[in-house]
Amino acid sequence: MPEVIGSDTIAKRAGESLALSRAGGDLLVLAHIYTATLVLGIGALFGMLQGFSRANLIVMPPSFDYYRMLTAHGVLMALVFTTFFITGLFTYAVYRSIPRDRSPRLGWIGYCVMLIGTVMAAVAILDGSASVLYTFYAPLKASPLFYFGATFLVLGTWVVAADLFLNVAWFKRAVPGARIPLPAFMATCTMIMWIIATLGVVAEMGLLIPWSLGWTNGIDVGLTRMFFWYFGHPLVYFWIMGAYMIWYAVVPTTYKGTIFSDALTRLAFVMLLLLSTPVGLHHQFLDPGIGAGWKWLHTMTTYGVVVPSFMTAFVLFASFELAARKAGVRGFPNIVRWLPWKDPVFAGPALGMILFIFGGFGGIVNSSYSMDVLVHNTMWIVGHFHITVGGPVALTFIGAAYGLIPALTGRKLFAPKLALVQVYTWFGGMAIMSTAMHWAGLLGSPRRTADVSYFGAQGAATWHTEMLWAAFGGAIVALSVLMFIIVATGTYVANQRSEETPQFEFAPARTGDDATSTPPALDRLGHWGLLAIALAVLAYAGPVAQQIQAHAYLAPGMRTW
Amino acid sequence: MHVHRQERFWLAAGLAMLVLFAAVITTSAVVDGFVPPSRIQSIDPTKVAQTPPFDHPGLRKIADGAYEAYYVARVFSFSPAEIRVPAGSRVTFYVTSTDVEHGFSIPETGVNTMVTPGWVSSVSHTFKQRGTFLLVCNEYCGAGHHLMAAKVTVE
Repeated sequence: MPEVIGSDTIAKRAGESLALSRAGGDLLVLAHIYTATLVLGIGALFGMLQGFSRANLIVMPPSFDYYRMLTAHGVLMALVFTTFFITGLFTYAVYRSIPRDRSPRLGWIGYCVMLIGTVMAAVAILDGSASVLYTFYAPLKASPLFYFGATFLVLGTWVVAADLFLNVAWFKRAVPGARIPLPAFMATCTMIMWIIATLGVVAEMGLLIPWSLGWTNGIDVGLTRMFFWYFGHPLVYFWIMGAYMIWYAVVPTTYKGTIFSDALTRLAFVMLLLLSTPVGLHHQFLDPGIGAGWKWLHTMTTYGVVVPSFMTAFVLFASFELAARKAGVRGFPNIVRWLPWKDPVFAGPALGMILFIFGGFGGIVNSSYSMDVLVHNTMWIVGHFHITVGGPVALTFIGAAYGLIPALTGRKLFAPKLALVQVYTWFGGMAIMSTAMHWAGLLGSPRRTADVSYFGAQGAATWHTEMLWAAFGGAIVALSVLMFIIVATGTYVANQRSEETPQFEFAPARTGDDATSTPPALDRLGHWGLLAIALAVLAYAGPVAQQIQAHAYLAPGMRTW
Repeated sequence: MHVHRQERFWLAAGLAMLVLFAAVITTSAVVDGFVPPSRIQSIDPTKVAQTPPFDHPGLRKIADGAYEAYYVARVFSFSPAEIRVPAGSRVTFYVTSTDVEHGFSIPETGVNTMVTPGWVSSVSHTFKQRGTFLLVCNEYCGAGHHLMAAKVTVE
């Protein structure tokens, strides 16, 4: 059995200095986190205005209409905020768990490419030449700047991934036979998944960019949709795996606990790597041109994620219980009370876990071959992703930021009580908003629509109350984001030094008699990556071939906004 | 690898759930025909107005209580804007787009499909209840997307 070694041992064996490793990377990670924070602030403002618009409380001016704002909100929240936070977190995880004397130059190049891409896409959206929403379905034709920007954002993440992979490769050479440290393992596994997934969106850009430049006359709409959703669902797992890293490895530090099982954690991540890509057609259940058999297959593979999800639920709650028992606390209500609910680094992710249970239930409906028709493109879907990425994922990232920002800046968290109020108001606001959206969706209210009054049509009248509740919940969340920004920037500006340097650590895995040993096969990430590619090819070769064979016509692009 | 007994039980429960869902969905697809709209028929989106039957969109009676409705979706309207059918009719909708991606949804019924330029979508529904149903575009199609609606009246 390979030995489990600590980071100090790694540094000593590799003849490197632990202290040196920490200097260069901190600023890089901080840049990622603060970029994510700024983007979250702008996105939340747009989100709040959308809620007010749909509830008919305000009307957006034609110079900055609802759809331009919706595009900005979707792109900033779903693609930019999450991506910057996750790449920052993973850089931190790899740099910390593999201490060495390193240059973060490649990491900075990745960050800059991501930032340039974001600015390009943002300019295109804000000047009104790219009101195509975050799914940019052709033949809506945005300015080339938008497509180039999105491509650079993705390519930047590939550079970040290369930096992380090189560090892991260095570790494997420097300390032969040792296990990849768990945080670095999670980051690497997720980034492998991300690269396989983003190949889809890069392929789509290979069609969209020449077309937007006027070099080609038409576009195969069905094919671009398939490429997008090949990427679109693993994107969701990318967010979740980022949050899982915090749930598995950071949350236990807030109650002096351990990761329940090193092996099961690795197994869950490998399963998510494998199950992320062969599932995307469940976003296209109602698309013409795709055979019902392929849609059925993707329903089944989507449900496979039940296994790592259940494993995760078990491992997390087992970690709570073991730590509580060690502290002499027994019984469900006592354990719940014992947990550190007044620490925002715990409360954020833990409240996120509660929301995620409901997100999971809704997800089962959405990915169901037969039930999706009732909710597809209704407000239900909007409710669903706000109670998954908007709830668990964002709240987990925010909670982690309350630990990460002090650790990176060496400063005390500014207004910690405000931070605590922030996570609870987010939870409450999101619960209200998301419930209202789910309900409106069941009543048939369409998503992505500026005004759902339809000239006073009878059916549409029933949706209005729900939209008012959604606007109310949305306003609470926006207020909560404002609190987060005050705490996040205040920590830097107020510059309060504490006697003890604040730490943001990863919990050790449980050892001892009943701890599970980790099969070395789980660490062969290259092999798992190849298997993931094989599964993606198996699930997609048929539908893509069907699209290419059956289609005869290309659609010209147009700007309908 | 040793897996804890309680966790094995928990995972077995998860797997059992998975098998149950798969069985229910597969059975309802095979036995009751609950299959999402998946028509595979391509059409030139630039020549919809010249392609029968979409050159004359509208309702066709096939038999007593059975209709076919041919719709053209374009920014920002549906053609026909209204159809009228007797209660109890089974209507099969055929929809295609002349321009961008649209949606075709009659809230509170099972009628819901994407409308992709280059393809013909199809979905059937039996209208039992009388009344006027709202038919909306539920995929963003441009500045006037929220104005894109039509009516289905069941008499």
